[in-house]
Amino acid sequence: MADLKEQVLTASGVNPLKCMRCGKCSGTCPSYDAMEYHPHQFVYMVEKGDIETLMKSESIYKCLSCFACIERCPRDVEPAKLVEAVRLAVIRQQGQNHLKPQQVPEMLDEELPQQAIVSAFRKYSK
Amino acid sequence: MRRIGVFVCHCGTNIAGTVDVKTVAETLGKEPAVVYATDYPYMCSEAGQNIIKDAIKEYKLEGVVVCSCSPRMHEATFRKAVSAAGLNPYLLEVANIREQCSWIHKDMEAGTAKAIVLGRAAIAKVQLNAPLIAGESPVVKRALVIGGGIAGIQTALDIADAGYPVDIVEKEPTIGGKMTQIDKTFPTLDCSSCILTPKMVECAQNENITIYSYSEVEAVTGFVGNFSVKIRRKARFVDENKCTGCGVCTEKCPVKNVPDEYNLGLSNRHAAYIPFAQAIPNVAVLDKNRCIKLTKGKCGLCSTVCSAGAIDYEQKETIVEEKYGAIVAATGYNPIKIDGYDEFAYSQSKDVVTSLEFERILKADGPTDGHLQRLSDGKQPKTIVFVQCVGSRESGSSHGCGKEYCSKICCMYTAKHAMLCREKYPDTDVYVFYIDVRTPGKNYDEFYRRAVEQYGVHYIKGMVGKVAPQADGSLMVQASDLISNEQLHVKADMVVLAAAIEPDKSARPLATMLTASMDTNDFFTEAHAKLRPVESPTAGVFLSGVCQGPKDIPETVAQAGAAASKVIGLLAKDKLSCNPCVAHSNEMMCNGCSSCANVCPYGAITYADKDFSRRQDGSMIRRVASVNEAVCQGCGACTVACPSGAMDLKGFSTSQIMAEVDAICK
Repeated sequence: MADLKEQVLTASGVNPLKCMRCGKCSGTCPSYDAMEYHPHQFVYMVEKGDIETLMKSESIYKCLSCFACIERCPRDVEPAKLVEAVRLAVIRQQGQNHLKPQQVPEMLDEELPQQAIVSAFRKYSK
Repeated sequence: MRRIGVFVCHCGTNIAGTVDVKTVAETLGKEPAVVYATDYPYMCSEAGQNIIKDAIKEYKLEGVVVCSCSPRMHEATFRKAVSAAGLNPYLLEVANIREQCSWIHKDMEAGTAKAIVLGRAAIAKVQLNAPLIAGESPVVKRALVIGGGIAGIQTALDIADAGYPVDIVEKEPTIGGKMTQIDKTFPTLDCSSCILTPKMVECAQNENITIYSYSEVEAVTGFVGNFSVKIRRKARFVDENKCTGCGVCTEKCPVKNVPDEYNLGLSNRHAAYIPFAQAIPNVAVLDKNRCIKLTKGKCGLCSTVCSAGAIDYEQKETIVEEKYGAIVAATGYNPIKIDGYDEFAYSQSKDVVTSLEFERILKADGPTDGHLQRLSDGKQPKTIVFVQCVGSRESGSSHGCGKEYCSKICCMYTAKHAMLCREKYPDTDVYVFYIDVRTPGKNYDEFYRRAVEQYGVHYIKGMVGKVAPQADGSLMVQASDLISNEQLHVKADMVVLAAAIEPDKSARPLATMLTASMDTNDFFTEAHAKLRPVESPTAGVFLSGVCQGPKDIPETVAQAGAAASKVIGLLAKDKLSCNPCVAHSNEMMCNGCSSCANVCPYGAITYADKDFSRRQDGSMIRRVASVNEAVCQGCGACTVACPSGAMDLKGFSTSQIMAEVDAICK
């Protein structure tokens, strides 16, 4: 478990101890209600080393990777990077990308914002 | 060779814990010049000092070395002791074997060896110490207070009360500062103006106080006890002595669309104006950027209606020069600009206001005559959301305008605002979003709890993430509630942002003029965070109010009084004894290059052409440096800059330093 925490911290470059528990990340998050664990909880749970719970949660895919929490955090904690790092931990365990490049064109939609496509790559590939 | 005595202090276990003090005393006792060496648990105690005094007499000591704590701590103590025994106080050297030895070493052997070396260096130096005599400089019995807010007012009143003349320099047309804009004060909810106005009037009436309003400090020279200050009096185009403050010019002035500073731009004023009804001095000002007569040469209406003949379009700014013994900085604060926080929609909606703007809305002489109204449509808000810590407690540069410190006053004034809303308009729903509620202070937490328990203010632990103006004029507030772990969406009519506070912009250039130090946030630094909180490290400069750090009114008044008492203590002296460890130049070696004058931070070095003519050599006039010993602070910069070795520092001469180095390297 300690190794997982170390992996998440290294991959994200986040220091959860910088968090002052203001909750602005969760006040900002547009995907809040869809997430089982909310941005501020991600920070706290990573700090406690409770990574496995997060890895099993759907929350890591519900995060839109919009980075509003990173933008607004007054202490530069960058919660979305933790979400991404946990996601990465899951994908790496599976030893493969969640998404094959070939699959992408057929999934695209004219209406889809560019940012969502970029975010999807961040979310579903290594 | 001088007869030296060495005294090694244990400082309890502070030194003796990592330094074998007995060995140090014994070893140093064998140095050639040392005729007496001993150790004692507390050298600074009276018994310890008596050991030194007795030894000086018994062994006819000509120099004393005390191996103890930092000279910053007890050099003065030991100098006094040495002096009491009839030795010149500057024939003492302190070897710092605590801060620079025992505290930073763990190994007894290494610590002891180092203590011995430090002792040897001090012995080598004291051999060359010259007996110095401190000079004296007179004290000008007049004080200058820079800033006329509650801090400056209180400091000036207290100094004046002790019988010393004091001048207040205020950059605005009136004294009073931020407190004039505030409605009620926590935790007693008394009216801010009602308690401030009498003090402002007292300033105007006290014969020891001179108010330079609409004025700024232009230049400061000199030193403690003898500052020389240039004050720039801006032209107000109204003769202060003739104006009766009747206000007719301010009513008749045809320019009506100037944003009113007193109301933070929430309403307009005329180009001829008196900031507010209780202004001191109660004298009109013409806004030179907006007055038609001053910008275009036409109009002149105010001059026609002024029955006192006080309007003077030709008035020029003047420079007043005055001497002061002490200077108090009381430059105050401002809320930070919060335009960078797009998420709170401050720039998008008139109904998102800062807390100071909210004060103006609540206050009877404000833009809404004290009625709680939305600025967009004048309707009374039914739901108000307060957001705390906007720009406070921020690290990094996410917004570029945040501050790392806690602004300290926001928790209390927000509780006050929430309480006042519920008191006057009980049908209003009030939310306060907080990170922490910080209410240390007498009757402060009780006050906050009253807001929750008696007034039913909804305190929610969490932060607002987004404020979105809606088509119907309301504001959708999205925030987290960390206790119930949910995201809230509150439909509000008004949002109040508790913006962080920062030192006034005039503080930084003033600090440069005063050579007073500042921290990275532009707050003035105190001489000692705990023990000298109202003094600047620069002698003769004192600190009052928020310019030193965030504080509320009670604390400001307390600190203002403390600063005044320090000033009074200084002005009560007729003469100050100077530090004799100052630079001096050897005129025979000086080549007049000005290197020393260029590096001197105190302007203590001047040049003069001197006649060195001798009969055998013919005439010779040379330009040589001379040091004003009263101004020199003994920093030594000139001794390093001097290319010819003419500059030397008394008490720290080059030969003394070299002797120390030699002793260490031996």
